Amino acid sequence: MTELRKARIATASLAGCFGCHMAILDIDERLIELMKLVEVDRSPLTDIKRFTRRCDIGIIEGGCANEENVHVLRDFRRNCDVLIAIGQCAIMGGLPAMRNAIMHSDAPLRECLEEAFLTGRYIRNTTHQVPNDPALPLLLDEVYPCSEVVEIDYNIPGCAPSGDIIYETLAGLLAGKFSGFERHRIRFD
Amino acid sequence: MTGFTFTIDGVEVAAKDGQTIMEAADAAGIYIPRLCDHEGLRHQGACRVCTVKAGGRSVAACTQPAAPDQAVENETPHVTKLRRDLVEMLFHEGNHLCPICEASGNCELQAMAYRLDMTQPTRFPYLEPCRPLDASHPDIALDTNRCITCGRCIRASEEVDGKGVFGYVGRGIHRRVAVNGADLADTNAAITDFAISKEVCPVGCIIRKGEGFAIPIGEREFDKGLIGHEIEEKKRD
Repeated sequence: MTELRKARIATASLAGCFGCHMAILDIDERLIELMKLVEVDRSPLTDIKRFTRRCDIGIIEGGCANEENVHVLRDFRRNCDVLIAIGQCAIMGGLPAMRNAIMHSDAPLRECLEEAFLTGRYIRNTTHQVPNDPALPLLLDEVYPCSEVVEIDYNIPGCAPSGDIIYETLAGLLAGKFSGFERHRIRFD
Repeated sequence: MTGFTFTIDGVEVAAKDGQTIMEAADAAGIYIPRLCDHEGLRHQGACRVCTVKAGGRSVAACTQPAAPDQAVENETPHVTKLRRDLVEMLFHEGNHLCPICEASGNCELQAMAYRLDMTQPTRFPYLEPCRPLDASHPDIALDTNRCITCGRCIRASEEVDGKGVFGYVGRGIHRRVAVNGADLADTNAAITDFAISKEVCPVGCIIRKGEGFAIPIGEREFDKGLIGHEIEEKKRD
């Protein structure tokens, strides 16, 4: 007989602010109930850096702004049965996607970097250069929603989503009962 | 004035001669989603979010006159899907980043997405156009990234304020709302205009400076209820 095992969950924050991970903690004391059903594998919450084994649910916060984000996202898709994009950055790019459409600019990424490191009024950058250390992941031309890089199974909207909607979605998925959100619970802010 | 009846989703609705489908539905407490239509302004039929099926054809409920014994489909899965596609395309056409927008929670486009169960505007490519920001006016700013070209400000300025501050320019997908001057400061727009009032711009394009976050996120208009709930409550009374 196969023993019932706990569902394995992995999480990652790509180009996000970690707010959605904080929102996961907003599940509060229900986390105790949830932890009876799941164990957390690769995640900033456990500080496990690589998948130890295949996971049932992968939770992705943030969109893809650099090549490392793409690498991590593809790794999650390979190692997770169900992939959830959590929050507006993962779903549609969110705040980092502001750099995709800078007014009057043909090269929005260059303009963004120049203002951030060279020409901005409150910048003190003694090297007078945009950081270019080879150890830094290469930036993508644009910030991409996760769904443009890999297939995403579920999206939990919000900035950040409430602890309630995250808990209900996870609990529903674990029980095999998730069938979408109630209208009045959907928020993009 | 004589009257007649017709049905919306099988419910009998009374209408007066000359009333549009939407006007009769509003009076009967049936909400038909809309973005470009606003009480007190001429009907335009621009956004097509109010599309209903009448006599087997798709028509804009805000401009289509109600007809006796007509059977109108409003909240069927097919019509709802058409509307959701339209709203989704509006999200893809402009730069609608709800988390950074001060109109979030008061935005009718966002509220319409909630009402139509849109959680993932990810089926089409994002156009991400480069559109200008006009902060020249001391009291008003325009962030045209968020404009959905509904034309409510155009009609409000012309019909109510008698000014004509706003107007359409361009054709097809290049059609935009522009101001009647080099920039907004160059026009006779004033913060007291009806066109600048909070209720006219359905999104966060027309910004009244210094008011943005007076009401915090989470306590705003559409945090209290789905868009259209005021109309639907009329029916329950």
